[in-house]
Amino acid sequence: MPDSKKTFQLDDREVPFREGQTIFDAAMAAGIFIPHLCHNPDFEPHSSCRLCTVIVNGRPFASCTQPAVAGQMVQSNTPELRDMRRMLTQMLFVEGNHNCPGCIKSGHCRLQATAYELGIPDNHYQQFFPLREVDASHPGIILDRDRCILCGLCVRISRSVDKKNVFAMTGRGIDTTIVVDSPSGLLVDSTVSVDDQAVLNCPVGALMLKRMAFDVPFGDRTYDQALYSEDSVARFQATEANRHG
Amino acid sequence: MADAKKKVTVATCSLAGCFGCHMSLLDIDERLIALLELVEFDRSPINDIKEISPSVDVGLIEGGVCNAENVHVLRQFRASCRVLVAVGECAATGGVPAMRNHYTLKECLQEAYVRGIGVAGAEIPSDPELPLLLDKVQPLHHVVKVDYTLPGCPPSADVFWMFLTDLIAGRDPVLPPSLIRYD
Ligand code: SF4
Ligand code: SF4
Repeated sequence: MPDSKKTFQLDDREVPFREGQTIFDAAMAAGIFIPHLCHNPDFEPHSSCRLCTVIVNGRPFASCTQPAVAGQMVQSNTPELRDMRRMLTQMLFVEGNHNCPGCIKSGHCRLQATAYELGIPDNHYQQFFPLREVDASHPGIILDRDRCILCGLCVRISRSVDKKNVFAMTGRGIDTTIVVDSPSGLLVDSTVSVDDQAVLNCPVGALMLKRMAFDVPFGDRTYDQALYSEDSVARFQATEANRHG
Repeated sequence: MADAKKKVTVATCSLAGCFGCHMSLLDIDERLIALLELVEFDRSPINDIKEISPSVDVGLIEGGVCNAENVHVLRQFRASCRVLVAVGECAATGGVPAMRNHYTLKECLQEAYVRGIGVAGAEIPSDPELPLLLDKVQPLHHVVKVDYTLPGCPPSADVFWMFLTDLIAGRDPVLPPSLIRYD
């Protein structure tokens, strides 16, 4: 049987997939959006934020790492899963310090856009107001840990794409934090540079280039113009088309 | 008129806010006239009534809680209002004023009144009439139960309009993603 004939059921749709493709990738290729934060389809998946959790044959799996299998019954857009995604997103907001009106990532931020898309009006939970360090030592890059959601993208990308290992995670549970590999622990003394993919792919306003804050005015930014789902599916399909001709 | 429909009463106030949310409410422009057919304002900076009535339908609160007086007013609103609404990011999350939560209160006061640029006759104000500052700025829901939140800094005029007209018409107000903004 040719690959193109293999399908699984996602909510009320039949979704085709290629051998080895994940549920997430097959869904996005078919134009079906599954919310995600720690995953960026351009890089290896990590399955840590659990936002992309779907129910496969009755059991929960992270769709970004779960291989598609012919005939599977997968649920994604159910009231229960949407509620769970809302809760996870709200928890990410309260455990950091997210002051969107004062954040230069606002409008380009995937955490914020995810919350918009899920229809979240407020944080619901008690805020932690944690004390976290800002590293503004580097002339071109800022690391504001207040807004870090510990998605691990910078760690993974710095290791496998930039081949530099600038970032790592340290600590456990609520004390987990991003650290920088340099004698002083500061970005300025590390090998990081402004064209590192690790810096350019932070989904939130934690790792950012300096002096880019108002390149695009508020109101004209990515997710002021499009929903996260539309933007994300379009980007995924463009990358896929490049990869597979 | 005996059969005239009773107007919905609305009280509003600004705690640790900048009045930007109130300005955005006024931004509904000519729809204000339609709104005034439906609601009557109780305590609000719009009419300068200083005390809230014991029984009000809707309370709109802008700003978070940064001092003892804010706590008092917030509790009064909760006790009086059938529906209490956190309006804007400061009410919902603490917002910009909560950026002081990174520092101790003493550090903040010293920076403003002692070490600040151009400060003359440096002294931390201590008049007994001044409300005592809280250690940390808090969003409303840390102090009382909040029924709804209008997100945005400020929420757009359309958010106010949609929310109030839905509520008055007896619908459960749910904002569509196009009206949810945090900035
Ligand atoms: S990182 Fe995103 S969610 Fe956090 S404050 Fe900035 S815009 Fe808001
Ligand atoms: S700095 Fe950005 S990319 Fe790195 S873990 Fe934090 S949120 Fe993720």
